Amino acid sequence: MADCDDALRELDTFLDGELSTAARELVRDHLGDCSECLGAFDFHAELRIVIATKCRREPLPPGLLARIERCLGEDLDGDGRIG
Amino acid sequence: MADRADFAEQAMPFAEQLYGAAVRMTRNRADAEDLVQETYLRGYRSFATFEAGTNLRAWLFRILTNTFINTYHAKQRRPAESELGDVDDLYLYRRISGADLAGRSAEDTLLDLFTDDEVKQALEDLPEIFRLPVLLADVQDFSYKDIAEILDIPIGTVMSRLHRGRKAMRSRLVDYATTRGILPPAAEPGPSTAPDPDRPHDHETEVHLHG
Repeated sequence: MADCDDALRELDTFLDGELSTAARELVRDHLGDCSECLGAFDFHAELRIVIATKCRREPLPPGLLARIERCLGEDLDGDGRIG
Repeated sequence: MADRADFAEQAMPFAEQLYGAAVRMTRNRADAEDLVQETYLRGYRSFATFEAGTNLRAWLFRILTNTFINTYHAKQRRPAESELGDVDDLYLYRRISGADLAGRSAEDTLLDLFTDDEVKQALEDLPEIFRLPVLLADVQDFSYKDIAEILDIPIGTVMSRLHRGRKAMRSRLVDYATTRGILPPAAEPGPSTAPDPDRPHDHETEVHLHG
């Protein structure tokens, strides 16, 4: 049976979805019994969503796609070099 | 063996993700544009080496990351502990859950607590060696295995850099919240703890996943 230290040590790996099924179940069992650890896990799961949401989106600058496509299109003979 | 004629069609849908990551890497929109364009050019030239059916997104991010490191001479040096700061693993959580947040109600979520700019800045403030793995894991949702391949480092190193980088980022968020008066100033100069020698994540060694 995992205790708080065991569960918290796996916090990042658990939230990253990188624990084995068995290790994951041990953590889940502990979270079912321990509201303090559950609070910490919930907080970090939410934090991860906040970071992804706020850091992911950057509007593409107008013209960038066209610039790239034009650049690739200039490889007329398909040898990987422009021209 | 991938056909170069298919490159644009397959690779262009990733432009927005690559650009978003490039902005966080270079911290500058003009440089990010150049970086993405260079990534596509390099991808196009070496598309023959891409194994059809494997992960094109990870392949493009690997080119993006390598181009960034080579072009901007990103420091791959591991900073001293003192440069990164060291706090309790749950520092941000303990500060926020233990605080009577100034002018905020219990319904306010973490999403409302920090501004977009604060979270972006906290990520961009990380030294590159930590910023790249955190960006790839937390923002781009790559697996440890993909990150290890993209950065060409062992999985254990990915885990230890993620651990240290995330801690530093959370600590920076506490600083921002304190500066804005959302969190009260720390009662003592930081609950700094010495690195725990029993914690495998604090060392850059191979860590074996269970099972």
